[in-house]
Amino acid sequence: MKSKERATLSGIALAALLAPGLLVGGEVQALPEGVETVEVKPTSKDHPLDEIISGWQYRSPETQALQEDDFENPAFLWVEQGEELWSTVDGAANKSCASCHDDAADTMASVGANMPKWNKALDKPVNLEQQINLCRTEQMEAEPWKWESAQLLGMTAYVKNQSRGEPVSVQTDGPMKPWFDKGKELYYTRVGQLDMACSSCHEDYYGKQIRADMLSQGQTNGFPTYRFKWQKIGSLHRRFKGCMKNIRATPYKVGSDEFLALELYTAWRGQGLPVEAPAVRQ
Amino acid sequence: MTSTDIAKQKLVSALCAIALSVGFAGGAAAAPIAPQDVKVVDDAIAASLTGSAGDVEAGKKWFKGRKAGNCLACHANDDMASESFHGEIGPPLDGVGERYTEAELRAIIVNSKAVFGDETIMPSFYRADYGNRIAKSFKDKTILSAEQVEDVVAYLRTLNQ
Ligand code: HEC
Ligand code: HEC
Repeated sequence: MKSKERATLSGIALAALLAPGLLVGGEVQALPEGVETVEVKPTSKDHPLDEIISGWQYRSPETQALQEDDFENPAFLWVEQGEELWSTVDGAANKSCASCHDDAADTMASVGANMPKWNKALDKPVNLEQQINLCRTEQMEAEPWKWESAQLLGMTAYVKNQSRGEPVSVQTDGPMKPWFDKGKELYYTRVGQLDMACSSCHEDYYGKQIRADMLSQGQTNGFPTYRFKWQKIGSLHRRFKGCMKNIRATPYKVGSDEFLALELYTAWRGQGLPVEAPAVRQ
Repeated sequence: MTSTDIAKQKLVSALCAIALSVGFAGGAAAAPIAPQDVKVVDDAIAASLTGSAGDVEAGKKWFKGRKAGNCLACHANDDMASESFHGEIGPPLDGVGERYTEAELRAIIVNSKAVFGDETIMPSFYRADYGNRIAKSFKDKTILSAEQVEDVVAYLRTLNQ
């Protein structure tokens, strides 16, 4: 790969002793809180990458430090809000999330790692934001939350955080196949005045500096993510939109079928990577 | 019509008069060649897009400007050591004025794909006839104007250590 030479893992036994640090090239490296690795091998032989690396790896030590400890992590303001909303009754049915799902630590332990998921009733996949709003409208008879609202971001971050450390694992076969194929097509299609595809940056040049930013693989395991640039937490679809705007393309809409397909495909590119949500980025 | 509207209209007609007189006074200054008429021959474009030589100082500005060429996003360049954050996507451009002729540099900037192949990540800076989902405000526009391309070419020609 074109990425910088990466020190190989050595002395795993020693690393285990020093946990939660990771031993890389003889140096103990810290890890994001709640996960044991930021790099895995692809299991599918169709995978375009020979190493799957979390975006955390490409950030500055200062940014990384904020994700080593939940007390430092600014995204936890939103997680706490989500936690509160979890047991807040809302809507005509007089229910909260907890009315149906009890303790999120048990019932939501892997959901965040498996999204987007097939939804039989709708005959299409739904992602976490969409599932939360489906619960609100169908079960609670409450208004759906707006995309990018503090409530929806908070709940998404809270639920996703229950799956922290779980390996990303999305279904891509069966009814998901056409969505996966569509997402793949979008990933490799050049768009915008700068005429670039997602792959132009995140597959061909990850590990390289593009002006002030070090390009990552564009992995999604950290979302929703706190960004300094946003001064708040933001959704994956907001990030997709930002990347498209940067190359002077007309972005798809948040929550659109296009971004849903892209979310499925990019999740698969990170298959096996532990969920880190909520991550911290520049 | 309000008085500000009238004032605006006066201003517009005054500006038009200036533009016209500049156009006539220029006389020989022909319009730059349109993007769709530019031909890359043997990885080169022999003639200036504007018919005249570019300005080195302006070229520097477009080279590093984030809203202009933003060449520095992808290329390191020792000549701009005072600028922070040089990219690592393309090769460093030190000495590029010696490696390529003026005509070759022009072709690389105008239509990188004609020179490096369709797979290159480097944008083509003077093409307007292609692309998907281009944002409205950039539609049918080139990334750099003909003048800006010539300015950047002039600047790159100075990079010859
Ligand atoms: C011009 C280069 C470029 C293109 C093209 C591009 N991106 Fe990005 N992307 C970036 C940069 C720079 C960042 C911030 C640094 C990083 O995390 O890579 C980023 C970040 C991301 C992230 C966040 C990763 C993290 O760990 O926080 C995701 C996800 C992402 N991009 C997906 C995409 C998708 C999907 C597309 C195509 C629609 C795309 N990008 C197109 C440059 C690009
Ligand atoms: C998004 C990345 C990117 C941007 C922006 C970019 N380039 Fe490039 N450039 C490249 C890459 C990559 C190559 C190498 C050819 C290839 O691999 O396709 C290259 C090659 C070149 C070369 C040939 C260098 C050599 O030594 O062979 C020149 C000259 C050049 N670029 C000039 C420019 C100028 C001038 C600008 C701005 C007006 C610019 N580039 C903007 C990525 C970029």
